[in-house]
Amino acid sequence: MSDEVQMDQEVYDRLIGEGKSERIARAKAKAAAVRKSKIEEGATLGPKPAEEATKALEEFRSSRSGGGGVATKTAAPADGGGGGRLTPEERAARVSASLGNGGDSGSVGVPAASDHTHRLLALVPPAGIQQVQSKQQDKVYTWPHLLLVEFVALLAAGSLLLVASFFLDAPLGSLANVNEVPAINKAPWYFMGLQELLAYFHPAVAGITIVGAAVLLLMSLPYVDKNPSAKPENRKFANMAFTFFLAFWGILTIIGSFIRGAGYEWVWPWVQGLGFVL
Amino acid sequence: MPKLPKPPKPPSYSEVRGTVQDNVIWKSIFRPGSIYRKGYRDTSRDRALAAMNNVLYHLHPVKVKRHGLKLTYTYCLGGLSFFMFILLTITGIFLMFFYTPAAGAGAEIAYLNMRELSTTVTFGALVRNLHRWGAHAMVFLVFLHMARVFYHGAYKPPREFNWVVGVILLLLTLFLSFTGYLLPWDQLALWAVTVGTNIAGFSPVFGDQVSFVLLGGLEIGPETLLRWYVLHVLFVPFITVVFLAVHFWRIRKDGGISGPL
Repeated sequence: MSDEVQMDQEVYDRLIGEGKSERIARAKAKAAAVRKSKIEEGATLGPKPAEEATKALEEFRSSRSGGGGVATKTAAPADGGGGGRLTPEERAARVSASLGNGGDSGSVGVPAASDHTHRLLALVPPAGIQQVQSKQQDKVYTWPHLLLVEFVALLAAGSLLLVASFFLDAPLGSLANVNEVPAINKAPWYFMGLQELLAYFHPAVAGITIVGAAVLLLMSLPYVDKNPSAKPENRKFANMAFTFFLAFWGILTIIGSFIRGAGYEWVWPWVQGLGFVL
Repeated sequence: MPKLPKPPKPPSYSEVRGTVQDNVIWKSIFRPGSIYRKGYRDTSRDRALAAMNNVLYHLHPVKVKRHGLKLTYTYCLGGLSFFMFILLTITGIFLMFFYTPAAGAGAEIAYLNMRELSTTVTFGALVRNLHRWGAHAMVFLVFLHMARVFYHGAYKPPREFNWVVGVILLLLTLFLSFTGYLLPWDQLALWAVTVGTNIAGFSPVFGDQVSFVLLGGLEIGPETLLRWYVLHVLFVPFITVVFLAVHFWRIRKDGGISGPL
């Protein structure tokens, strides 16, 4: 569109002669051409004279007080014929008048005569805004810092396992035989606590009730423990209770694994040896 | 003797690297920011891109809390549990090539396969050992991971649900290990599993049904072996992977690692 505007060649040549860049010279020459054509059409250029604005304000005030019947008390100091500025009430009235509300309407921003049920703006209560608290934290890049640590841990654990597997053979007993109950009959080590419980309680109690309760308790733990602090000094009871829980199963597992022999009798490992296969 | 022309100088390491890295195929494999791509520099921008343009972005954010790097905070227990899971998957696939879950009078193939694995299969014994010790290590690591998380209070809001997922994963780990325990089909396996499944038979109301479904019959037999084999190599790992995905995803969504204390 700007290409359609003719350049003022005189101005362009003068500016180029002054050493201005071609881009600036072209823009200024075009602006000069537009200005010239407007003056020819009889338009007045430059800022509008102040009297015009004051007159428009006067007209608006008189029409408002005439139409609405409300005497407008101009809060602004009435110097120089009407102050020259709209008061906030006047501004609001002018906005609503231009929107066609004809005074006061229930909703802001909706023309009274329209069928629109939507508007563009709404007031949002503070509770409706998600509170984002970004705390400054001491952070480091995942690569290389974390990934290197993880890689080293992985290599260490992998090589430890490889060395163990090289020297220690996994057990393989004789062929399974349903009719031949072995003298020492034990579950895998992680179930030995459970098997030890079975030595004291009926299976329905030890196997199902106690274990079921323990699992449910573990799962509901975050909902039971309402203490918001994670500091050890603030959660002595929780730490103590959990330590007892771990110790309970740990001791049962150790007894079941190492101090139980043939027929699941209590025998010391230094008397009959470890009745334990991993 | 005529003077031989000097042999051409072999290209230097950086020249070879430049040639290898500066072609269409290489660039299509390694995304911008990859540390294997040409022009990787040790700057903040490239470090961020290395994490962001990597498949590991599903596991790790660009930046992590500094205190989490300290070995004595996590002891890498969760990560190592996952590493054991991967290792067990790989060694398990190897073992599957040499194992048939068949038993019964006159067709004790499973036990025979176990014998062959330790005697004739190349690396068979080593891989079986890795699988066995790795399984025990995984159970133990998961226990330790749970204890570590508890003592750091890391199950507190907003991480409550991830703790629940973790408890489910612990149970799945135990079940994975226990189903694998039967597969050698030796006396040790048979009677350890008998002890375990007898307890399941005491479940309230549906005890007999639970026992029947687990055993594939009234007592442990060839059907049980096949059933537990399928559970061990397919069903439980699948469920575990689903829960692992949720577990890892929630760590990031809940604001990364807990703490500092």
